[in-house]
Amino acid sequence: MLAKLQNVAKSMNTDAKRVFEMPYLRIVEKKQSTRNYHCPMPTRPHPFPDTAAWGRALKARAGSWWYLVHFAAIVLVVALSPSTYSRAYRATTAKDIYTSTWQVLPWFTVVASLFSLVLIRIVVVTALSYGLSQYALQMVVRVLVLELIPLSAALFVALRSGLVFTGQPPAGGPPSPTEPTPQLSMAQLRQEVVPHVVAEAFSVITLAMVSSVIALVLAYLTVYGFSLWGVPGYTRTVGHVFDMPVTVGFALKTLLFSLAVAIVPTASRLEAARQSRAADAVQPGAVRLFLVLLLVEATSLAVKYV
Amino acid sequence: MSDNAEIPPPSPTEIARVERRAVALLVLVTALVLGFLLYVMVARGVFESTQQLVLVADDSEGVIVGMDLTFSGFPIGRVRRIELDPQGKARMVIDVPRKDAHWLRTSSIFTMERGMVGETRLRAFSGILEDPPLPENAERTVLRGDTNAEIPRIVASARTLLENLEAMTASESSLNTSLAHLRTVTERLSGRYGLLTAALGSEDQAQKIIATLDHTNALLKKADQRVFGANGVMDETQAAVVQLTAMLKDVRASLQKVDAVLVEAQAVGANARVASTDLGALRAEVEVSLRKVGQLVDEVNRKWPFARDTQLKLP
Repeated sequence: MLAKLQNVAKSMNTDAKRVFEMPYLRIVEKKQSTRNYHCPMPTRPHPFPDTAAWGRALKARAGSWWYLVHFAAIVLVVALSPSTYSRAYRATTAKDIYTSTWQVLPWFTVVASLFSLVLIRIVVVTALSYGLSQYALQMVVRVLVLELIPLSAALFVALRSGLVFTGQPPAGGPPSPTEPTPQLSMAQLRQEVVPHVVAEAFSVITLAMVSSVIALVLAYLTVYGFSLWGVPGYTRTVGHVFDMPVTVGFALKTLLFSLAVAIVPTASRLEAARQSRAADAVQPGAVRLFLVLLLVEATSLAVKYV
Repeated sequence: MSDNAEIPPPSPTEIARVERRAVALLVLVTALVLGFLLYVMVARGVFESTQQLVLVADDSEGVIVGMDLTFSGFPIGRVRRIELDPQGKARMVIDVPRKDAHWLRTSSIFTMERGMVGETRLRAFSGILEDPPLPENAERTVLRGDTNAEIPRIVASARTLLENLEAMTASESSLNTSLAHLRTVTERLSGRYGLLTAALGSEDQAQKIIATLDHTNALLKKADQRVFGANGVMDETQAAVVQLTAMLKDVRASLQKVDAVLVEAQAVGANARVASTDLGALRAEVEVSLRKVGQLVDEVNRKWPFARDTQLKLP
């Protein structure tokens, strides 16, 4: 009888509660049992977060960001080192440039041109209807060339790169999350990672530049038509927009976009592979990449217009 | 079997083709970047030869570096720098390309227009294009046309105007008094003697004026009868004028006679002048004769027994 009672008490103790530890919250889940004497008390989440879990999460985040910065520095140093430019490096870089830029340049240019044409037409017609036609060209140049096209090119290259990497990992390319590689050798860096990063950055710059130039031509054609009499006035308007701070900011922003698109996803994938983490539902570093792009864009806007 | 084993390795031709395309892309992007930079530099006027113009204004609000100076709607200059001078005025240093500088003359005026909507505008006006061209580093004062600055003045003027209007339309205002007077005048105008009553103030005065006019009319009638009637002044005057004409005719004949007399007198005068010339010789001869007669008398007296002793003897 005593043993029976002890078994009952043990089972009650086991079913009474299960503890799940989460990084920020500790939830106590009580299981109902018919053997209880009364209904279980209602439970609530713990009102205070676990400081230790907070600390661990912050440390992990800071470590992750530090890994990103460290990786970016290494990649830039290797990319700028003359010893990197071997024949194999050039061949790999050419292949990556061909894949990331040559194959997408025509139809990205077509889509960007169509988008630019629609936007230019809307802006010009709206400005004309309000009697503000003198500001239409400036607005088109500022909105399209300075802001939308570089951002579109960066997002496009980031999405395409992510699709390629999660769908079909290239042979001998950067390690995918499913194939963890603890350390990268210098040869891997020079022959696989850096060419890929350089090609991605080049792709962003190329797409942005080509689309920007075409948008400028389309803006001229939309306003002045197929004639040359408006070239001096148009050139003067472009000169008004592209003063020294704006030109430097445009170049810096496009460069930072390209570096972010090239480095952040690669660093996140390598970090995930190093930590042997399972693949996420989204591309590794996608959120971080969008955060970095947003930060660059916001900083650019603040410097120019605030 | 893995994927790598299925994909054949790229041929050297394919690798070369890929490399060529990558190089083409590099060349394209480099050309685009350099071309864009060159275009922006041209658009900013980096390669233009310019001359400097300084515009001085009390307030440079709304003027930004890079703003255009326009002439007839065309940009001919660009603001390069804005600074404060020692007098606390804003100096706007403007670069004018030399190819456009001929539009600016010594007599040109410069305005800064600041509308309620839109940006501030700097404009140049050259009325006489035959004037000498504007010298380099010329300094000119900007005339301001500021809508926002004009608003307080307009409001103040409008307030004054409304106050005046209110004072004019008050019950004891001059305008009301004048209107009342006008009404009185119009009432008098519509009265018995009309304008005369309005001008003189009462019907009695108007009646006196009318009586005076009647009297004057009667007087004029009598005068007309006396002057222009039968045996009037005018008839007598006409007869007198006829007589006067005849008298004048006589006077003219008399004067012609006097003229003839004067001609003769003139001839007499001439003869008298000749006679007086001969008279001098005659006088000389008479004097000589008289002297001779005197000597002869003296001689006779000496010889004459009744001659007197002319010698004086002292006692």
